[in-house]
Amino acid sequence: MAFLAAKCGGQNPTRMAKGVHMMLTRRTLLAASALLGTPSGTFAQSAGELKIGLAFEPSSFDPHFHNTTPNKSLARSVFEPLVFQDERQQVMPGLATKWRVVDPLTWEFTLRPDVRWHDGTTFTSDDVLFTFERAPNVPRSPSSFAGFIAGKTVEKIDALTIRIRTARPYPQMPIDLSTFGIIPASTRGATSDDFNTSKAAIGTGPYRFGEFVRGDRAVLLRHDGYWGGMPLWPRVLMRVLRSDPTRVASLLAGDVDVIETVPTADLARLRADSRFSVTSIISNRVIYLAMDQFRDESPFIKGPSGEAIRNPLKDVRVRKALSHAINRQALVDRVMEGDGRAASQFLDQSFFGASGKLAVPAFDPAMSRRLLSEAGLPNGFRLKLHGPQGRYANDTKLIEAIAQMFTRVGIQAEIETLPPAIFFSRGSTGGPNGTPEFSMIMAGWGSAAGEMSDPLRNLASTFDAGAGRGSSNRGRYANAEVDRAINEALSTIDDAARQAALAGAMERVVDDMGVIPILYPLNTWAARRRLGVTARSDEYTLPFHISRTA
Amino acid sequence: MLAFILRRLGQALLVIGAMVVIVFFGVNVIGDPVWMLISPEMDQNAIEATKVALGLDKSIWEQFLYFIWGAAQGDMGRSFVHGEPAIKLILSRMPATMELALVALLMAVFIGLPLGVYAGLKPDSRISKSIMAISILGFSLPTFWVGLMLIMFFSVMLGWLPATGRGDVVRVFGIETSLFSWNGWTYIALPALNLALLKISLVIRLARAGVREAALMDYVKFARAKGLSQTRIVGVHILKNIMIPIVTVLGLEFGSLVAFSVVTETIFAWPGMGKLLLEAIQRLDRPVIVAYVMVVVVLFVAINLVVDVMYSILDPRVRLTEARA
Repeated sequence: MAFLAAKCGGQNPTRMAKGVHMMLTRRTLLAASALLGTPSGTFAQSAGELKIGLAFEPSSFDPHFHNTTPNKSLARSVFEPLVFQDERQQVMPGLATKWRVVDPLTWEFTLRPDVRWHDGTTFTSDDVLFTFERAPNVPRSPSSFAGFIAGKTVEKIDALTIRIRTARPYPQMPIDLSTFGIIPASTRGATSDDFNTSKAAIGTGPYRFGEFVRGDRAVLLRHDGYWGGMPLWPRVLMRVLRSDPTRVASLLAGDVDVIETVPTADLARLRADSRFSVTSIISNRVIYLAMDQFRDESPFIKGPSGEAIRNPLKDVRVRKALSHAINRQALVDRVMEGDGRAASQFLDQSFFGASGKLAVPAFDPAMSRRLLSEAGLPNGFRLKLHGPQGRYANDTKLIEAIAQMFTRVGIQAEIETLPPAIFFSRGSTGGPNGTPEFSMIMAGWGSAAGEMSDPLRNLASTFDAGAGRGSSNRGRYANAEVDRAINEALSTIDDAARQAALAGAMERVVDDMGVIPILYPLNTWAARRRLGVTARSDEYTLPFHISRTA
Repeated sequence: MLAFILRRLGQALLVIGAMVVIVFFGVNVIGDPVWMLISPEMDQNAIEATKVALGLDKSIWEQFLYFIWGAAQGDMGRSFVHGEPAIKLILSRMPATMELALVALLMAVFIGLPLGVYAGLKPDSRISKSIMAISILGFSLPTFWVGLMLIMFFSVMLGWLPATGRGDVVRVFGIETSLFSWNGWTYIALPALNLALLKISLVIRLARAGVREAALMDYVKFARAKGLSQTRIVGVHILKNIMIPIVTVLGLEFGSLVAFSVVTETIFAWPGMGKLLLEAIQRLDRPVIVAYVMVVVVLFVAINLVVDVMYSILDPRVRLTEARA
């Protein structure tokens, strides 16, 4: 891809050769379009249309059909949740203006008055009650929203007040309510197909349904009666441009005004090109290594000369040796081309629940070798590292680089990368009795909740299928103290105490090096100059976060 | 004739059956689609709920029997990802792919044929040699790379044509097409050219070989002796005789244009069946993959049948019953 950007950025030989006349025409055009305040470019069409190139395909317009980022990102402009998340995933008032804890088991939400649905009717608590009924029960949902609604009993107090009760104290209440959009009670009985047309796709958001062509485009239109003021764009076209070079070329050619998920190889060129602007923010995702800590002999680990050995990853000294063998800053600078930050924990310090005490583990091969010797492995061991191919930015290159770093301290590391469909299936349940198959994996965790309880509960809690804990803990790391701290955080309403408990649990995990954090990728957007994009840590591309700048 | 067609249909059903079994179980061996569908923060209970909702909790044999039972009633299953009937999903994407393949085919004929005929008539001229050299490039350059180069040149550098997507569509006889507007043609030009490149080279080579052979035939010498114009000799006598193999090959190639437009559709973000298949494979959306394979097999069989019948009409010496051998 680098060659692609190199060819088209900056001075353009063909255009130069065309001579002064052509240049003048172009300049006149530019001036004219600047006067009109429209984005300039060959295929820029009607004045107020915003065209966005998406990297991932939303599978449905139904806000409750499929709990994935592309779907939620698309739905967010049309269907609004009770609680919003700002660009750093801090909760803020949405369709609920305020909330309070009545008692540890009861939350009261006050709804926003004078909110109009796209069909002109008024938003009330009946709509919220209906949404709670509908969202968990969408037929054939490939990934349901039921988990956010389970265990909550919602009750109408008056037209603009609701109360939600839980069996146990539940501090995640506002976060859970920020994950799904509210739909009007008038859509009772509507199917997912109805939501893919204007028949049922009615929300309160700044944009309303225009058109949805699966795998190709979604068109949104301005909702003139929006409670938050008149939205900027009369029409928004979102196109699915899955292939990286295609997405970048479409931006360069002027087919689209904004693209999400800029390939790292093109970042430098786009940043240097004055016709475009690039914005980025640290993501809610961590790239990490999970290590087999539940088998005495691990299938992809052998002694230095190929003999069977006891699983060395059960030894905290070996896990720390691995962590110190990794030059995180080099991975960020070289492999990610600067598009990331070295990680010390599961979420960057700017997120709720992150510890302020943790520093990025030092890159120290000498210490790694010493730790390996202390663990009785002076000659290292052989290891096969597994990872997905094309799931995260530069994933294969990262795995290759990490394996080389391991080899440098005496751990002979081989790699195998697999298509995501195969990797996650085998990596989660591919072993005997449905255990994880691999000895060590590189994977990523994006925290939709935007706080530390989310990765801790899933990556570091002791695996317990029944309780829904540790569901992605593929190394089966287990520490009772960590579990206790997480449980405490999950049942404490007071934010200060919760923050302390989460930070404490995270520090404990790092102390055990139960999971090795590697880096946080950045989320990036590229846009035509004079368009400002608010970068979001949750990867959502929201038209109301895109504005004109002077 | 009727017996021939019936036998062909029987063979087609066998092929479809075999393909369905292979694909159905093959996809299942690759991995568990649940992991591509669920949101990762979901716990074990949610994973189980998804499996139940999609019927993946049952054994693969049970799932297969359910599928056969549904298929017998005309229900090919619903997409795991979209929740829509798989066949409906594929058919909704078919017009885009068909129109792309059709334009590519026309390009192959209207660009490839004149160039090939010229190269056949004047095999030693410099232009002919250049045409043949370029046709080798057409065969050997990867579609992916050529597609990107076309975008870079015509869209990014010159700004003449849009880089990606499909133009405005209109409904003609219930089928959506973008071929009835100028805007539509600006969008289809590059992907169709990219898809056609290989076929253009093929037609050039076929036409050149045919013309060189036919030019030495007695009937051409006779026509020339009669004093007919060069245009008439080439346009009527030579062209008519070299068309049979070209039509046959292009008929078969049309099937592959439709079935294997995956790369072109991905690069140009063309909303056709190929792109749908790629997404389906990446997410292990088994019902869509199986239905796609069935549609493609039917398409190939149908085209083969049409070509066979056409051939017997074009060349009376061919009898369809001979195909029994």
